[in-house]
Amino acid sequence: MGKKELSLAAKRKQDTRRAAFVFLLPIALLMIVFIFYPIVDTFYTSLFKWNGISADKTMIGLKNWVKLAKDTSFWTAFKNNLVVMVLSICIQIPIGLALATFIDFGGKKMTIFKVLWFIPLLMSSVAIGFLFSYALATNGGIFSAISKIFGGGNIDLLGNPKTALYTVIGVIAWQFTPFYMVYCMAAYTNVPTDVYEAAIIDGATKGQYFWRVALPLLAPSIKSAAILSMVGSLKYFDLVYVMTGGGPGTSTELMATYMYKQSFVKFNMGYGSAVAAGMFILISLTSLITMRILNGRKKGDA
Amino acid sequence: MKKTKSRLSWGIAWILGIFWSVVALLPFVFMVLNSFKEKFELLTEGVFSIPKSFNLENYKTVLTGNFFRFFFNSVIVLVISLTILLFISACASYPLSRFKFRLAKPIYSLIVACMSIPIHITLIPVFKMSKDMGIYDSIWALIGPYVATAIPISVFILTSFMREIPKEIEEAAQIDGCGKYQMFFRIIFPLAKPGLATLAIYNGVNMWNEFSFAYTLTQSSANRTLPLAVWEFQGQYSMNTPMVMAVLTLTVIPMIILFIFAQDKLVKGMTAGAVKG
Repeated sequence: MGKKELSLAAKRKQDTRRAAFVFLLPIALLMIVFIFYPIVDTFYTSLFKWNGISADKTMIGLKNWVKLAKDTSFWTAFKNNLVVMVLSICIQIPIGLALATFIDFGGKKMTIFKVLWFIPLLMSSVAIGFLFSYALATNGGIFSAISKIFGGGNIDLLGNPKTALYTVIGVIAWQFTPFYMVYCMAAYTNVPTDVYEAAIIDGATKGQYFWRVALPLLAPSIKSAAILSMVGSLKYFDLVYVMTGGGPGTSTELMATYMYKQSFVKFNMGYGSAVAAGMFILISLTSLITMRILNGRKKGDA
Repeated sequence: MKKTKSRLSWGIAWILGIFWSVVALLPFVFMVLNSFKEKFELLTEGVFSIPKSFNLENYKTVLTGNFFRFFFNSVIVLVISLTILLFISACASYPLSRFKFRLAKPIYSLIVACMSIPIHITLIPVFKMSKDMGIYDSIWALIGPYVATAIPISVFILTSFMREIPKEIEEAAQIDGCGKYQMFFRIIFPLAKPGLATLAIYNGVNMWNEFSFAYTLTQSSANRTLPLAVWEFQGQYSMNTPMVMAVLTLTVIPMIILFIFAQDKLVKGMTAGAVKG
């Protein structure tokens, strides 16, 4: 009797495993073919000199990696990625939070602002890149037009290596601030209304309520927003590629645009693979370190 | 005292709010206004001048060109990729959320860890594969990468959604003799519909706007998707700003329509990706 029950349990376990295998098979195949194999293959290709088309593919060992380590353009790109990352977090999240707070405190009549402010998020990065490359043009751009009203001359924001990166960061902020606004609004709905009522009955002003009550309650959401923004900024590509192509010079070059140009414009696929693999390593490291720091602090708080 | 202070801060908040509205909308005004102008009108008349005549010539040129070809390519890629993605992600999330087996946790962690992988590391091998398989420069080359790169986030969201389905429902079905496969198709899949809807919007918007793979894996304008329509027209009419603005306006219209008719769902769907990493 006992033996039979045991084998029944074993059979059930086997059934479960078999069903799990069947259900997981399709995504396993797709992820192996389009994610895991390509990662391995990119590392492998980084050991070759290859133009991506001809059969002429020479093994050159770690030469591409040595070149990468000494490549100032790549490290400039990485530094630009870090600048984009830090400034994106420092600009988008506070403004997004401020907009969400304005809407949350203002009540129903603010719906119109919610709709207006969401609009930039409806455009694709490519479309935004093109729109701003015209809207910021020296001749016939928005800023030049405004400057002319005040008697100034044309303004060249994207063509000047000193301002180009910050202009790009501004455009990225224009695109993603609405995202963090919506995100913070969702976080606000998780703050119970009686917390707000209790604070007001106790005589807190709205300002005090925000700084002392709401902000600490929103902190975990803001932290995950920061992680999201961080990972996003390190991978950033479309808008910058379309708007500046990394230029002028390397002033707005990002790791992804550099990788793309090496691989698909100059057709150095071997070296492009090394750049891609390097980018993969740097992003994984940066994410790991940041998560460790943020999670470490959480433990300290508790 | 307290009241005047609070009134003052509200006043400042309103000014900043209106300022941000101007910042958010000015580029759109620029785009739409100039799309109605003639080629050199914006240089001679100024950027924010009202168009002399609201002429629809630019739109006509764009729409009689390849525009609909791009549009339908996008629709086909979207429909096929999304259907496959949602079905197989639901399949995978079912055992990961509701079965007890040893590998459930490691597999789940591996899939979730893939969320922060930059697609650029897959670009060269995927490009090679599409050439080897002979699907380079066709919309079919896009479906595999689109589905695969969207799997991690989809499984992550669907798994947490399916965990919330009460156990009693499953147990009742089990007593009625329902096997694991029937359970999925008759009970779990239908109950997961709200989660699938959110995911459809999130991934749909991303696929609709996708640029890197589309730009790398296709070449001829007959086989390209909508984000590249702008690219093509820009190449053709780069000096003709109003024409480019007309293309841009046309590419935003589908999203604006979706926003008007399903604002809450769209907002919810687009922020679905905002999950702790």
